[in-house]
Formats: sequence, C-alpha cells, structure tokens
Amino acid sequence: MSEFSLYLLQQLINGLTIGSTYALIAIGYTMVYGIIGMINFAHGEIYMIGSYVAFIVIAGLLGMGLVSLPIILIVALIVAVVISSTYGWTVERVAYRPLRGSNRLIPLISAIGMSIFLQNFVGISQGYRDVALPPQVVGGWTFGDPSVFEVTVSYMQLMIWAATLITMTALTLFISRSRMGRACRACSEDLGMTNLLGIDTNKIIALTFIVGAALAAIAGLLLGLYYGVVNPFVGFIAGLKAFTAAVLGGIGSIPGAMLGGLVLGVTEAMTAAFFPSEYKDVVAFGLLVLILLFRPSGLLGKPEVEKV
Amino acid sequence: MQGKLYNALFASGIALILTCLMVGIKLDTEGTQLAIKGATTQQWLWIGLGIGLVFLSQIFSDQIDSAFSKVPKPQLSKLLPEEKKMSVLKPWLIALLVVVMLIWPFMVSRGSVDLATLALIYIMLGLGLNIVVGLAGLLDLGFVAFYAVGAYTYALLSEYFGMSFWACLPISAGLAALFGFVLGFPVLRLRGDYLAIVTLGFGEIIRILLNNWTAVTGGPNGISGIAKPTLFGLEFSRRAKEEGNIPFHEFFGIDYSSSYKVIFLYLIAVILTIFVIYVINRLIRMPVGRAWEALREDEIACRSLGLNRTVIKLSAFTLGASTAGFAGAFFAARQGFISPESFIFIESAIILAIVVLGGMGSQVGVILAAIIMTILPELAREFSEYRMLLFGLLMVIMMRWRPQGLVPMKRPHLELNR
Repeated sequence: MSEFSLYLLQQLINGLTIGSTYALIAIGYTMVYGIIGMINFAHGEIYMIGSYVAFIVIAGLLGMGLVSLPIILIVALIVAVVISSTYGWTVERVAYRPLRGSNRLIPLISAIGMSIFLQNFVGISQGYRDVALPPQVVGGWTFGDPSVFEVTVSYMQLMIWAATLITMTALTLFISRSRMGRACRACSEDLGMTNLLGIDTNKIIALTFIVGAALAAIAGLLLGLYYGVVNPFVGFIAGLKAFTAAVLGGIGSIPGAMLGGLVLGVTEAMTAAFFPSEYKDVVAFGLLVLILLFRPSGLLGKPEVEKV
Repeated sequence: MQGKLYNALFASGIALILTCLMVGIKLDTEGTQLAIKGATTQQWLWIGLGIGLVFLSQIFSDQIDSAFSKVPKPQLSKLLPEEKKMSVLKPWLIALLVVVMLIWPFMVSRGSVDLATLALIYIMLGLGLNIVVGLAGLLDLGFVAFYAVGAYTYALLSEYFGMSFWACLPISAGLAALFGFVLGFPVLRLRGDYLAIVTLGFGEIIRILLNNWTAVTGGPNGISGIAKPTLFGLEFSRRAKEEGNIPFHEFFGIDYSSSYKVIFLYLIAVILTIFVIYVINRLIRMPVGRAWEALREDEIACRSLGLNRTVIKLSAFTLGASTAGFAGAFFAARQGFISPESFIFIESAIILAIVVLGGMGSQVGVILAAIIMTILPELAREFSEYRMLLFGLLMVIMMRWRPQGLVPMKRPHLELNR
C-alpha cells in the first residue's frame, strides 16, 4: 500500500476511536431528548466530572502503591459511574423536574445555567488548569512497511473499542429485553399514556438521566486516559460534538447516536488529514448544519409529525 | 415525620456523594506523576456545613415553603401610577431621564462613566437579542458571533482603509445583518432547540476563524490601536494623529483632559442606545412586530392564517444581528483593542441571561437587567472567583422562581372602562 493510503488508514483508526466515545456521550443526549424532548445542556459537564473522578481514583490508587492496572481501571470505572450518575440524577431533580411542562425554552436556559455552574464548581474545587495523567495503558500493535509509513493501533485504542462495544451491547440488551427498558421505550412513544398505564414516568425519566450519565462517565474515563489531560472546560466542546453526533444519527434513536458518533469521528479525523487540525471543529458544525438542512430527521431518525 | 427523616437522610447522602471526591480531594501534580491530597479542614467544614444545610432544609421543607409563600412577589407594575396619569407623565419622565443621563457624567468619576458605557453596550446587546429570543421566541446561543462581526468590521476597515467610526457604524450593522441573513436562511426552518445548537456552533465557528485567520485578523493577538470616534473630525487625543487635524481641546481653547474622551464615548453610547430603543419600539408596533409575537405563541395558527414564517423569523434574526453589529462597532471603538477572547460562549450566555432575567420581550426589564448584570460584578469584586458559579446558579434559580423575569412583558393594549 502507498504511504497515503496507509496514512488514511491511520486516520480512520484514530477517527473510529474518538467517534466511539462521541457515541457514548451522544446516547445520553438522545435518550433524554427521546423521552422529554429537551436538550440536556449540562450533559457534557457530566462527562467532564466523570473524567475528573477517574483521574482522582487512579491517582489515589497509584499513590497507595497498587500496581495491578486492571484493578485500578475497574475501580476507577465503578467510582466514576456511581458519582457521575449521582450528578446526573441530581441535576435532573434540581434543575429540570420542577420546570417540566413549562415553555420549552425555560428548561433549556436552566440547563445552560447548570452547565456554567458545574464548570465553575469543578474549576473552583479542582483548579482551572489542565491536569495531566501520565499514560497508563502503553504499547500498541504496528503494521505496514516501516520505511513507508507505520500504522499503529495502540492498546488504549483497542481498549476504547472493546469498552464501547461491551457498553453498547449491554445498553441494547437493557433497552430491548428488560422491563425497565420496555418502560423507557413506552415513555419515548407517549409519555402521558405510559403514565396512565401505571408506570411511574418520573422514575423512568430519572433512570434515563442516570444511564446517560453512566455512559458519559465511561467516555470520560476512556477519553481522559486517551488524551491524558483534563480541565473543567473539556465538557463543553465534547458535549457539543456529541450533540452533533446525536442529531446526525437522528435524535431520539439510540442506534442513530452510535452511528452518528462514528461518522462524526471519522469525518473529523479525515479533515484533520487534509486541513490544519484547528478547523476540525468547523467541519463538525458545518456537517451539523448540512444534515439539518437536507435531512432534519438525521440518518436513522423518523421524520417528525407535527400534531395540532 | 418518618418519611421526612428518610428523605432528609437520603438527600444528605446524595450531597455527601456529590461533594466528598470532587471537593474533598484535590488533584495535584508531583513532578511527572499525578498525586492527590486531602482537602484542608476548612473545606471539610464547608462540606459538613453544606450537608447539614441540605438535611435541615429537607426536615423543615414545609415550614420553609410556607415562609417563602408569605414573601410577596415583586409587583412592579403596581408601583406605576394609573394608566391615564401615566400617559400624561410618560413623555416628561422620559425627557427628564434623558437630561439626567446627559448631565450625569460631568459630575462623577471617570470609572463610573466607563462602567455606564459598558452597561449601555450590554443594553444594546440585550435589546437586540430580545427581538430574537423574547419577541420571536427563537433561541439564539451564538449571538456573540454577530457582535464579533460588527467589532471586527470596524477594526479591519479602520486598520486597512482608515475609515472613520461614523462611516463604519452602518456598515458594521449591515454586515452583521448579512451574516444573520445568510445563517438564518437555512436554519430558521428548524425547530427551536435545533436552532439553539446550530447558532451555538456558528458562534464557535466565527471564533475559531478569527483565531486562526492570522493574516487578516491577527489571530489570538487581536487588533490593537483601533481609531477612536471623532466629533466632526475633532480628535480627543492630546495631539492630533493625522496631519491637519485639530484636537478637541485646542479647537475650543480649553485644557486637555483625558476624561473628555470617556465622556464623549459615553454620550455616543447614550445616543446609539436611544436610537436602538426608538427603532425597536416602533418595530414592535408594526405588523412585523405583531407577527413575531404571534409566531412565538403559536406557529401553526400563524401559518394557517397565511403568515410566511420564514420571512418573519428571518426579519427578527436579521434585525437582532444588526443591533449586535452596531454594539460591536462601538465596543471596538471604545476598547481600541479586540481579540477573539472577547467573543466566547460565556458572553452569549450573559446576554441571554440579561434577556431572561429582565423578562423575555420586555424592554424595560432588559434594560434594568443589563444594568444589574454590569454593576453587580463590580460591587462584588471580592467574590470575583465565585462570579461565574453564582451566575450559573442565578440562571437556574430564576427559571424556578420567576421564569417570566423581573419585569414581565406587558402587551400594548386598551382596556374599556365601563
């Protein structure tokens, strides 16, 4: 293979890695939107908190002299999921639930306020500077001709793919097989009717926030390890990207969010191959505008019917 | 009582989970390794205090609720005199206010005049966004982009072509309106919250472009040395920058004082603001203004009555953008220096907060909120570290406590007295 095609292959691998974490965050947006029709603007901040918690746990366990990496990662994952989910639940309880049923701009503005609050809460308690974690998962697997171009798949990337795959499978099984999952699907079809049929819709809505936050925390751990750096403002841009991914795939559709995340990640990586990397954000938003123009319901979404 | 105790324990448990790791432990770099250190005793004290507060507020939630319901909600409209008296008094009151605003700067310090100028910029921005969000009900999260377009238009025209402030003012407004039109044309067919995200993305795109197009915009370093406005060609510097120009103080034969410039900028801001208020006031009473509000209330009903929603939304979006461009040009002239740092998302959020706090659609409310939002941070300087934290909290509390804003909008209407 020529140097250029190998380079593109490398970009594809990088893009799939970033894209799968976008997909994880995007599911949180899409599930909440599917049920209560609101953009949870503070979702990116939940991801950022997940990253911070994971860093704290990893640094703490390393400081205690623990050396077994799998144990450290699993403990970090569990703690990050628990704490982020608590944040997700609290945000819903404090800032969104009392506003349900009012004009749709009102919860959105409340969510923006919550997002600014959480950013600065973390900024004040942990400092606004970048916090760097030395790489924990090192090494990789290379192929291609060393004299032309070497394509590397790092173990970290393999871990991200595996973790995303497992999480997505678990989520799909949960939504399609379990009683709670069935209730979730019912809620997204008709919230009022589900309530009449004796399902506590408030509980289901809280559950979607918890599940979304848990997935965001997993993404926070993975991306935190991948980049090795976290600061209180990473959630903003990641949230924006993930929302783009959710819209790209068709908001409200879980497989759509997965697909949208991957498409967005690969598109960004491919743009970075041809243009200066600063412009990859421009491409992401440009893509969002184009999708909304030509296919407002997204790749896998159902066209919305307006009822009077 | 038992249920309450359970609730209170649950809430304090949640509060403990939320705070113990994020506040109780701090990440710290030691050489190349990342380490953690426990919080100081004082921080733990704060955590304990917060958890105790949550516990008590849950236990006594009924008492707190009843105490709050006794607090009267501000009824600002009751403070005003009756409708009939008001219509006689109103022109006089407005005239008095304008006179006070014109005389006031000569009596106070330079710093407060400067602050008032800043407040006037935010009033213009708030009024512009008020058309889009308050009247037409389109949530625009990238409003700062149009502000940036206006500011950079003046800065670039003055830097490369040496054009004067007064010539650039309409050009800035026009160009910002053009940007609004070009962006609005495709996206205004979208539903409300999609629009919010697209405008947010647009705001980011403009900022990234300004940051990276170094050859023209100077990148992160911005543009400095932007020319100040002149009074019919009279400059406000100690010596005229251009040959043949006479500085203001020499022309009138008075001593040079740097405060003339500050007061002059303030007076320009007053005139621009009055102009903006006048134009918007007229627009609201025109058919297009009524159509904005009708569209906000019920889009489907509007369409079935034969209103073209794209044209109506586009007009609101374009006019809002042009107001921001106006304010942007003035901002660039006042600062003399602009960089992409001035046009970040937080700025959009602050303008949105002004509109929401004041009461969506209400002009008096927006003006009041803009003044509060600029003066409050100055008064609370010692809390500047917590400024954004409190700002976010305020937005959430406002939405729960008084979503209609401080001074809710009153429609122009007539009441029949039988």
